[in-house]
Amino acid sequence: MNAIATITTTLKDWESDQEVRWCPGCGDYAILKAVQRTMPEIGANPATTVFVSGIGCSSRFPYYMASYGFHTIHGRAPAFATGIKLSNPELDIWLVTGDGDGMSIGGNHTMHLIRRNLNCQIMLFNNEIYGLTKGQYSPTSRQGTTSPTTPLGSVDRPASPAAFALGSGARFIGRGFDVSKHLPDVLKAAHAHRGAAFIEIFQNCIVYNKDVFEDFAAPKGAEDRQLWLKNGEPMLFGSDKTGGVKGIALDAEKLTLKVVDVTDGDWQGAGVIVHDVTNRSVAHMLVEMPFGPFPMALGVLYDDPRPTYEDAVLGQDAQAREGKNTDLRKLLAKGQTWTVSEDQGPLSGV
Amino acid sequence: MATQLAEPAASTKNHPEAVVVRFAGDSGDGMQLTGGQFTLSSALSGNDFATFPDFPAEIRAPQGTLFGVSAFQINFGSTEIDTAGDAPDVLVAMNPAALKTNVGALKPGGLIIADTGEFTKRNLEKAKYDASPIDDGSLAKWKVLAFDISALTLESVKPFGLGNKEALRCKNMWTLGLALWMFDRDRAPLVDWLNAKFRKNPVLAEANIAALNAGHAYGETAELGGQLHKVHLDPVPSPAGLYRTITGAEAVALGLVAGAQLADLKMFFGGYPITPASSILHYLAGMKEFGVTTFQAEDEIAAIAAAIGASYAGHLGVTSSSGPGIALKGEAMGLAVMTELPLVIVNSQRGGPSTGLPTKTEQSDLYQAVYGRNGDTPMPVISARSPGDAFECAIEACRIATQYMTPVILLTDGYIANAAEPWAVPDPATFEPFPATFLDKPNGPDGTLLPYARDEKGARPWIKPGTPGLMHRIGGIEKNPGTGNLDYSPAAHQAMTDARKAKVDGVAKSIPAQDVCLGNTSGKLAVVGWGSTFGPIHQAVRKARAKGLDVSHIHVRHIWPLPENLGDLLRSFDKVLVPEMNTGQFKTVLRDQYLVDAQPLTKVSGQPFAIAEIEAAIATYFDHVPGNAGGDEIAPNETQLPSIESANP
Repeated sequence: MNAIATITTTLKDWESDQEVRWCPGCGDYAILKAVQRTMPEIGANPATTVFVSGIGCSSRFPYYMASYGFHTIHGRAPAFATGIKLSNPELDIWLVTGDGDGMSIGGNHTMHLIRRNLNCQIMLFNNEIYGLTKGQYSPTSRQGTTSPTTPLGSVDRPASPAAFALGSGARFIGRGFDVSKHLPDVLKAAHAHRGAAFIEIFQNCIVYNKDVFEDFAAPKGAEDRQLWLKNGEPMLFGSDKTGGVKGIALDAEKLTLKVVDVTDGDWQGAGVIVHDVTNRSVAHMLVEMPFGPFPMALGVLYDDPRPTYEDAVLGQDAQAREGKNTDLRKLLAKGQTWTVSEDQGPLSGV
Repeated sequence: MATQLAEPAASTKNHPEAVVVRFAGDSGDGMQLTGGQFTLSSALSGNDFATFPDFPAEIRAPQGTLFGVSAFQINFGSTEIDTAGDAPDVLVAMNPAALKTNVGALKPGGLIIADTGEFTKRNLEKAKYDASPIDDGSLAKWKVLAFDISALTLESVKPFGLGNKEALRCKNMWTLGLALWMFDRDRAPLVDWLNAKFRKNPVLAEANIAALNAGHAYGETAELGGQLHKVHLDPVPSPAGLYRTITGAEAVALGLVAGAQLADLKMFFGGYPITPASSILHYLAGMKEFGVTTFQAEDEIAAIAAAIGASYAGHLGVTSSSGPGIALKGEAMGLAVMTELPLVIVNSQRGGPSTGLPTKTEQSDLYQAVYGRNGDTPMPVISARSPGDAFECAIEACRIATQYMTPVILLTDGYIANAAEPWAVPDPATFEPFPATFLDKPNGPDGTLLPYARDEKGARPWIKPGTPGLMHRIGGIEKNPGTGNLDYSPAAHQAMTDARKAKVDGVAKSIPAQDVCLGNTSGKLAVVGWGSTFGPIHQAVRKARAKGLDVSHIHVRHIWPLPENLGDLLRSFDKVLVPEMNTGQFKTVLRDQYLVDAQPLTKVSGQPFAIAEIEAAIATYFDHVPGNAGGDEIAPNETQLPSIESANP
């Protein structure tokens, strides 16, 4: 986010006049609404907000926001965003990408944008499938996914976007899913983070990969399967009404996380970890925490800002310019020169 | 450099009009440095010159090997010089490998200066000599001056107590000293330069100066069997003014800075290291005070993507690469065409395809520049003919890009990028500004915004994100001709494809009519060139005209769109010959555009054309060439010239 003046808008001010063209029931609709609802709450200005995307279903997103938008080429949105931000750091940039766009063809650019820490929000819509090209398996598809290109099931292991981002040096990792009511809170936290904020948003592709996240996203039993992380609060999930209150603790012997039962509210006694968004070691464990034995870690997993790329680049540019002569005439005549006089007389070197 | 059809003054043995010297040695011997300093000394003596650095792709190839030879050729003289010269008059060979790879190019009767200290058994073996060529008579058609430069250098730097290896590094300065004596040059600028270069190590400065002086003194005093003569070249009568030496890479960097200033824009340069284009990024990285931001991207695609992003945000986006990198940028160029954003793409061409010949020159990316993208994707293409010309071409690329809201390709090549020539420093006050304008209020009826409405040139408005009230979305999908909203309809695609083509075609209205740079505007033969073949074509045509042949030289800067009168001009000649360093690409474009019977003269050896090669091709179009043996008319054939064997075996 930027230190620019906030303004008052409503959700309507963020809806463009373009007809939304996702499949009926697509998770993208819910994400679009969540973003449009978030923008007024953070005081964002449509004139200084730019949505930049690559190619894929998710990348149509900019057309539906009544801000500035640039729908670029497959996988390269991070590079376009870098050029935009370095040219005008006042612009508030949201990158919209998907698991194919951001993790496959554009994995390289995702990594470098995060490593450089360009100040922007990266929303990666992960539906574990190629939607726009009609259902091929993606780099985040689970092993065994059958698709037109993997009729016998995919054999390669899936990539984990959040783990990839953290490994690339991310200073903010957020996670949510399309229909979650908490998604705007994650978006707000990402926007409040100065630097590259990576948000993995699980998104239901109802045509090619329907309900692949139902295990944890279904409302029924959600509290047992979702761990919503809050800074300064113990990592608790479940309830007495379901399978009992549980917590995430450190297995000191194995140096891994473990699930512990919490009885009578004594989470301290059970050794439940208090979430510290600046703890990078715990963040590494959270992004790798397998769903199944563990709940899905959601919310703000990690948030510890450090200086941004554009500040460093533009700061260095400004320093290099300080007190320097910017006379083009002098630049052209730089180096070793000589003068030819009218009478073709002796030459003088400089 | 400016050229004119001037006949050379009669030359005498020790007062020739031009001399070609080639310094050749191991890639660690400092030949490029020696050549560079000799060039500077030529400039300070008022000689015109052209240089040709020719070095291996390997940074430090194994010592003494044939493929590790690095050479620097300079043609300098008291008349106008357009090329680095065909055959050297003098070859300085610092080891057997340098002799072997370069001696074939030497003029018969030319002078070889060889360092016998390096003609050891081991080095001779590495150079694949069975016996020392200095002793076995195989160099009989040349004059050979062989002496132990290594030992003489060691002797001259003895007082400074350097290690053997460091002491031998001074060899190149000893050799330079000898060359300075041969051509009657002042040593003072070199002494100043060495003092500055080794400011932090005065002992090294002293040693190098001592070696330089020793080489000079050797020429002055040694008994060299009458083979070594002092040669004096008079200064070239040039227009008065300030001059400097400039390479193509420097000229492109300076031209881009000037172009951005004339457009009243800041520049964003996205690049990725690649030979021979990297030096443009290097130069610009040091020019931040001129409103330049440079970005070394993670790859070629990111480099152009960031540049397009910068243009979208209101800067002048520029990217630069060589053939393989340009190939990677193709999809992003299409997006710049589709979204109609300004962008300058510099291609320093090298031998291809694929990795090809990274350090050698070629002009084989013309098809790629004109046609090499998916879809109907027209893009203006400009080519530079010489290092100095690259400055003007870079400004022209900036003008077209910003005035027409289009990506523009600027073609240079490895030869132009690395070669140096004297350059009359221009006065920025004489440049015509072309300030860019940005839309700041709605341009449609009833306060609506039409991001793809067009002006009289066919250009759309440039709208910076951050401008209140003008929010809109752009992208690579086909769009409505006015609103720019997604529109796949048949009518929209037809209209937008036509509009993009008409806009780029219309650039021809803003460029000068094609002129004839030497000769008449009609006649028997037009030799048509583009890019760095300018020099050899010009000299070949000059020589042919001096023999009375009806031949003209047409040099085309604007490759796409072509000048509007070019077709008529070509049709006013009986024959059209197109020499180019590829297998005939521009020839095909001319045939396609004008249905003229353009004939190719091609060369793809990684070396520039020699003047003589083009002269010979011209001669085949004439029955009786005065001064040559007459004969029946030789049909112009599709000549594929052989490579120069001597270049690199």
